[in-house]
Amino acid sequence: MMDYDSLLSKKVMEIKPSGIRRFFDIASEMDNVISLGVGEPNFRTPWAIRHAGIQSLEKGHTWYTANAGLAELREEIAKYLDRRFQIRYDSKKEVLVTVGGSEAIDLMIRACVNPGDEVLIPEPCFVAYSPIASLTNATVVPIETKAEDGFRLTAKALREKITPRTKLLVLPFPNNPTGAVMHREHLEEIAQVLRDTNILVLSDEIYAELTFGGRDHVSIASLPGMWERTVVVSGFSKAFAMTGWRLGYAAGPAPIMKQMTKVHQFAIMCAPTTSQHAAVEALRSCEEEVVNMREEYDMRRHFIVDGLNKLGLTCFDPEGAFYVFPSIQSTGLSSEDFCQKLLHAQRVAVVPGNSFGESGEGFVRISYAYSIEHLMEALKRIEAFLKTL
Amino acid sequence: MDKLLNLLDKNCRLTNEQLAVMLDEPVSKVAAAIENYEAQGIIRGYKAAIDWDKTDREYVIARIEIRVIPMRDHGFDEIARTIYSFDEVETCYLMSGGYDLAVTVSGKSFKDVALFVSQKLAPIDAVQSTATHFVLKKYKERGVLLAEKERDMREDAVL
Repeated sequence: MMDYDSLLSKKVMEIKPSGIRRFFDIASEMDNVISLGVGEPNFRTPWAIRHAGIQSLEKGHTWYTANAGLAELREEIAKYLDRRFQIRYDSKKEVLVTVGGSEAIDLMIRACVNPGDEVLIPEPCFVAYSPIASLTNATVVPIETKAEDGFRLTAKALREKITPRTKLLVLPFPNNPTGAVMHREHLEEIAQVLRDTNILVLSDEIYAELTFGGRDHVSIASLPGMWERTVVVSGFSKAFAMTGWRLGYAAGPAPIMKQMTKVHQFAIMCAPTTSQHAAVEALRSCEEEVVNMREEYDMRRHFIVDGLNKLGLTCFDPEGAFYVFPSIQSTGLSSEDFCQKLLHAQRVAVVPGNSFGESGEGFVRISYAYSIEHLMEALKRIEAFLKTL
Repeated sequence: MDKLLNLLDKNCRLTNEQLAVMLDEPVSKVAAAIENYEAQGIIRGYKAAIDWDKTDREYVIARIEIRVIPMRDHGFDEIARTIYSFDEVETCYLMSGGYDLAVTVSGKSFKDVALFVSQKLAPIDAVQSTATHFVLKKYKERGVLLAEKERDMREDAVL
């Protein structure tokens, strides 16, 4: 008999399985479940992009690309980042094409962190940062963000957690799961704290195209004194509805990108070639589709926020991504209990807020990457559930 | 306010309150806009998308291509009016290309439709020829899938 427990990496085994996964597993065993749990667009990839992928296959572009990605694509990414967010990169040395934004997050953390370094992670947040940081033997330091601050990272909260061992700040805005957005003035506050330090920033801007209320996303890398300490991570999944293509990128100072590229070339070789060709088309011709999808999300956002508030599940107004993060504290239930009971009583799957960090307790994450009719039905069921409490 | 029309085009049962929330506008403004669209004839009606094949209604439809001979004082519009005035005619379009009018006609049976064509449509003076194509199956109508239910194919990923 193999004793796997003694064979496998202790570090890996210590990683807690995601609370979301557990929930999905329960829901998948049940019939007639209506989910508000999925974190990806319900739109299909725009046809022009799919077509470009098909054409690249027809032409027989089936080899690896350069490790860092197609030169053409890196150029388009550099142009796009300049055009949309006024951040400038040399496509040859400062842009790396990755397998989704997730790989870029992994590379950035691995390339920067030495054992014992502290990595600051504002919570609630995307579930990947902390496990990856732990694998590098970093000390993970969560920073709690609060509903009364619009779930933004404040300078005060940041300053309190900085020590001489702080290496890296993860800045995940627009935020999954809260929908919080950092405006220029909020980022400026953070920049002021960081400018006199040696702290690096991993700015996860995967939801940058999904900001609402006529306000464009601002990248912290565009603020004075921040470019040189920031790696911007983004990708095609959310903006262009390309989740299954697994394509993302990182952009930052050449010395950091050089080390990230090294890890990438040994672990991955290169991102999928077909996806890279498709992504060139996305950046060249799909601005209108991005706008249309954003407008559609915005209508759903108004609809779901209004609906939940009317039910007494108060939401702060999420300005980005496609999630709302209502408080369920009025029910007296914990996040886990609320989700379990809702699932069993009314067959609606939402994700407990504490899956995204302890400070998410008392909240649930609801995705509105669904049709209005689907959201209507879900709200009806949630209303019926609340009446039974 | 094109967004309002787009929303109604997809689902005209949304209430004014729901529309107002989605568009982030006051209800009164939405109500006034709808009234205005109705008055201007931009919104011409509100219909459900029904798949009659799933009901017990006997319902056959045909697409008929009609060539006509326009005459002095009796142009396409007049001929079209004669034709679309029949209750059996569901749609009537003036076309470019190989024929002039495309007409959708419904009846209880193939025979019904055939009789309509031979007894009512073909005898019209201006009608030069007709070609009748029966619809065998409807896959999609006005953007709504009929042959299958739209399915959410996304799988659960942790993020």
